[in-house]
Amino acid sequence: MAAEIKIDPMHQFQIDPIFGSAAPGDPFVFTNSALWMLIVLGSIWLFMMGGLKRELVPGRWQMAVEGITKFITDMVDTNIGPDGRRYVPWIFTIFVFILFSNYMGMMPFGIVPGVHPFTVTSQFTVTGVMAIISFSIVLIVGFWKHGFHFFSLFVPHGTPKPMIPFIFVVELLSFMVRPFSLALRLFVAMIAGHILVKVFAYFIIQGLQSGTAMSIGISILSFVFIVAVNVLELLVAAIQAYVFALLTSLYINDAEHLH
Amino acid sequence: MDLESAKVIGAGLAAIGVGAAAAGVGTVFGSFLQGALRNPAAADGQQGRLFIGFAAAELLGLIAFAVAMIILYAV
Repeated sequence: MAAEIKIDPMHQFQIDPIFGSAAPGDPFVFTNSALWMLIVLGSIWLFMMGGLKRELVPGRWQMAVEGITKFITDMVDTNIGPDGRRYVPWIFTIFVFILFSNYMGMMPFGIVPGVHPFTVTSQFTVTGVMAIISFSIVLIVGFWKHGFHFFSLFVPHGTPKPMIPFIFVVELLSFMVRPFSLALRLFVAMIAGHILVKVFAYFIIQGLQSGTAMSIGISILSFVFIVAVNVLELLVAAIQAYVFALLTSLYINDAEHLH
Repeated sequence: MDLESAKVIGAGLAAIGVGAAAAGVGTVFGSFLQGALRNPAAADGQQGRLFIGFAAAELLGLIAFAVAMIILYAV
C-alpha cells in the first residue's frame, strides 16, 4: 500500500515567484498570479479580436462578443439610464475580467504535469483593488456632480426628524461596507468552490489507496459529486461576475441620481 | 479540551451559518418564482432585484465560511 498522501486544499492559492528575485520585501517579482493575469488578458484579447471584424452578417464569434457587450449595455441602461453609457467601459472591463479569470482557474490545465492553474480572483488583493476602483468612481462622481449634497444619499426621503442622526449613521455604515462586501463576495465564493473540489479529490485518492470495496464506492461517489460541483461552479463563476458588475452599476446609479 | 479540537468544533459550528444562508438563497429564488408564475410578463424586469437579493443572502453565508476558514487556518 502506498504511503499516505496528505493534500493541502489551500496550496492552490499560494503565490509563488516564477522569476525575478524572491528576496523578502522585493515588490518586483513575476509570480504565478501575474502569469495567470497575463493569460487571462491574452484570452480576452483573442476573444475580442475574433469578434471585432464588423461583418455585416455576423458569424458565431461576433455574435458571442456582441452578446456580451449588449448584455452589459442593457444592464447599465436599465440600472443607470441614459447617463450610464460613460460607465460601460469600466463595468464591461470588470465583468469580462472576472468572468475569464474565474473560468481560467477552473480549466483542467492540471492534467498537464507541472502546470498549476491559478484563479486570479481568489486573492483578496485583486478583488479588493477592483472594488476600491468601483467605490472610488462612486465617490468621485457623487462629489463631482452633487458636491456636499451627496450626503443626502444617507438620509432617505420621508425620514422622521428625530430619526435622522440614527438613520444617517446606519446608512453611512452600510455605504462604507460596500467595497468590502463587493470584494469579499467574489473572493470567498471562488475560494470556497475550489476548496470543496480539492477536498473531494482527496477523498477519491484516499479511497483508491485503501482499496476495499466500500472505499472504492466512496471514491466513485466523490467523483460524481465533483462533476456536479464543477457544473455548479461554472454557474457560480458567471453569477459572481454578473453580481459584481450589477452591484457596481447600482452603486454608480446612487452616485449619479442620489435617491 | 485542547486547542486543536476546539478549533475543529468551532469551524464546524461556523459552518451552520452556511446552511442558514442556503435557506436564505432558497427563499429568494422561491419567492421570485412564486411571483413570476403569477405575473410572468413582469418577471424579466425584476431579474436585477432577484440577483441583488441573492447576492445579499449569499454574502452572509460566505462570511460564515470565511469565519470557519479563519478559525481553521489563521488562528
